[in-house]
Amino acid sequence: MALLEIEALIKRYGSETLALNNITFNVQPGEFVAIIGPSGAGKSTLLRCVNRLITIDGGDVRFDGVSVPALRGAELRRHRTRIGMIFQHYNLVNRLSVIENVLHGRLGYKGTLQGILGLYTEEEKRDAVRIVESLGLGEQLYKRCDQLSGGQKQRVGIARALVQQPKMLLCDEPIASLDPNAAKIIMDTLRDINRSTGITVLVNLHQVDVALRYASRIIGINKGMVVYDGAPGALSHAQIHQIYGSEAGELILELSESYAA
Amino acid sequence: MQPDIFQLRRRQGLLYFGILAALTYGAILLTEYDVVEGITAVPRALAWAVRNFVPDQEAFERLPRILDKLLETVLMSIAAATVASAFGLAVALMGATTTRLHPALSLFARGIASVFRNIDVSAWALILLFSFGQSAYTGYFALFFVTFGFIVRVMIETIDEVSTDSVEALRATGAGYGAIISQSIIPACLPQLISWVLYMIETNIRSATLVGILTGTGIGFLFDLYFKSFNYSSASLVVLVIVVAVLLVEALSNTIRRVVL
Repeated sequence: MALLEIEALIKRYGSETLALNNITFNVQPGEFVAIIGPSGAGKSTLLRCVNRLITIDGGDVRFDGVSVPALRGAELRRHRTRIGMIFQHYNLVNRLSVIENVLHGRLGYKGTLQGILGLYTEEEKRDAVRIVESLGLGEQLYKRCDQLSGGQKQRVGIARALVQQPKMLLCDEPIASLDPNAAKIIMDTLRDINRSTGITVLVNLHQVDVALRYASRIIGINKGMVVYDGAPGALSHAQIHQIYGSEAGELILELSESYAA
Repeated sequence: MQPDIFQLRRRQGLLYFGILAALTYGAILLTEYDVVEGITAVPRALAWAVRNFVPDQEAFERLPRILDKLLETVLMSIAAATVASAFGLAVALMGATTTRLHPALSLFARGIASVFRNIDVSAWALILLFSFGQSAYTGYFALFFVTFGFIVRVMIETIDEVSTDSVEALRATGAGYGAIISQSIIPACLPQLISWVLYMIETNIRSATLVGILTGTGIGFLFDLYFKSFNYSSASLVVLVIVVAVLLVEALSNTIRRVVL
């Protein structure tokens, strides 16, 4: 059974702009799916429909058998706890320490008072420390996040998502603000998580070569529509053209050729 | 032919100067102002000020009473600033786009803040004089209202500026509203909040003198009393004491700012 089923999904901004136009695809448990497409194609919007950070205007999204569009209140919160999210700008509370930021991932499981007071159990703390150490940030545990490098911040973001014990990770341009070396570490980390724990990964990417190297499946989006859905090996130059529009052609072709070489 | 821009500027400058000179001369003629007399009066005024305003023995005998009133005024300013800031923060959370519960409520919060802020502290003092009479409450509430309006305004901006990203991340973990505020917004905004509260304490001490003159309480009343009974040396001691107090509070708050920011 598919973990995520998206069916005829529609999202409008305002009354005119159609951000997502009839998106349909399924994701099986354990898949590593890369979503590629030009800026403004609707990639971020698509991810935010999955964990319902934004409202859905039409169609259906089912996650682990639960229909998402109508979720409200406590049910919506429970749905979100099962999906971790990683952001381009890390979205940490910079003034707090690494461990405090990571423990924020547990807030979805808390009652009102526990959440407000930030009361975490001994077990949750041990679990958080273990995850931080496994991501190579053991030394930085009590450092403030504004003292970390971009790559380290993103690993804190991943740790925060992992302490949720999610079934799926949504990654919104996770390496767009990182240098190539840090980007490789982050992508390797995501692949390791995917392989060792079986957590499904859905990642938005700008870089076609990165998508081809890491993903087990590519979904190409242009103007809110799925224009490609298949294995990375089957993606032809013509199809990359179609995903990005013809103007961008030359650069993209060079990129994918250098990847092939 | 290209007009010479430098010649044009010079002609404009001469024109402006000519207009200004004509206006000045016209005003002097109209008000029958004696320029020579006006200038020679300055040294005499200074001599008079030195003779009358330098605190004498009699003034220093009144120092304990002045300091007592000063302490009262400073404490009242601090109380007004801190309590109003607590209320202000709560209303700012309703007003900020990131944390508002409903757009209408946000508009209401901003409106309230605008009304409180845009009525001057002296106007508040005179209005409240009807309700509370000649008591410390009048001054307290005048300072309270202005601080409240100001804090709501600046904290709305701070909240939207500082915490939009981390709020999105916490919403994605399934955290509840209270937990998002206490675990993300408050830690992210705290340095700015403290900084603004300190600023309002400084401002309030300055305004408190004026409010005291208007409402007949605190250090302002003492100044008014001495001044109107021609006891200029004591009045000037009051001013000196206020200046010293403001400088001390400023130095203190700058130190605190350096530590928290």
